[in-house]
Amino acid sequence: MIDLVWFQLLSAVLFVIGLYGVMARRSAVLIVMSIELMLNAVNINLIAAASHMEGTGRFSNFDGQLIAIFIITVAAAEVGLALAIILRIFRNRSTINVDEINLMKW
Amino acid sequence: MAWFVFISLAVLTIGGALGVVVTRNVVHAALALLVSLIAVAGVYLVLFAEFLALVQVLIYGGAIIIVLLFAIMLTRGSDYPRITDNKQWPLAALAALAFLGVLAPSFIINSVEGTQAQNASFTGIGESLFTTWAVPFEIASLVLLVALIGAIIIARSDDEEEEG
Repeated sequence: MIDLVWFQLLSAVLFVIGLYGVMARRSAVLIVMSIELMLNAVNINLIAAASHMEGTGRFSNFDGQLIAIFIITVAAAEVGLALAIILRIFRNRSTINVDEINLMKW
Repeated sequence: MAWFVFISLAVLTIGGALGVVVTRNVVHAALALLVSLIAVAGVYLVLFAEFLALVQVLIYGGAIIIVLLFAIMLTRGSDYPRITDNKQWPLAALAALAFLGVLAPSFIINSVEGTQAQNASFTGIGESLFTTWAVPFEIASLVLLVALIGAIIIARSDDEEEEG
């Protein structure tokens, strides 16, 4: 069977790809997508740990899965708010490139 | 068999994720994200987390991708065909790879002795959600309510603000 470490490595790679996307992309929509990738990497990690640790006495009742449910909830709220903010910025400045939105840059 | 499924799902997940961060077309990026998220739901199935796989397909595959496609559609400016990467992308790639170089060895070195992947029953999750995690559950619903009201207020057009 597949060991826990392989799921952790998959989640690490996914997280790093999301991190690169956040740092390298210019469009705010693409940055939001990259954040989703990072949240998914964290979820894989939590759920893999939850399934592999059940019965070892360190965690109980698949707590990791429940935390993952809350992460998905917060991700849904985050995407809704991000869409609102992106629309607002687009209406005011007619761009969503993050390096052109420098109004609050000191 | 489990390995075959896991490796194909991992390839789909990472391939979709790379598509999100590499492609020049924003709509293609959204579709690549959809592939990646559905493959992640498959990974949850390999981990016997059926409920999470269901939630993943419903929330991510259904709701979040649609919201992102709406965001792309409503902000379609003249700037989309342009290059969508920063000038500092090589530095970003270097930093990301360095982070992977820290993360992956730390996972391998600190590998914990786990049991085989086990099935979580729907009833167990529900019971836990409404007993141990009841307060966070209520707070999560409040967070969703506040976030959506805030989103409506932020996204309102200027005309409506003058009337109100």
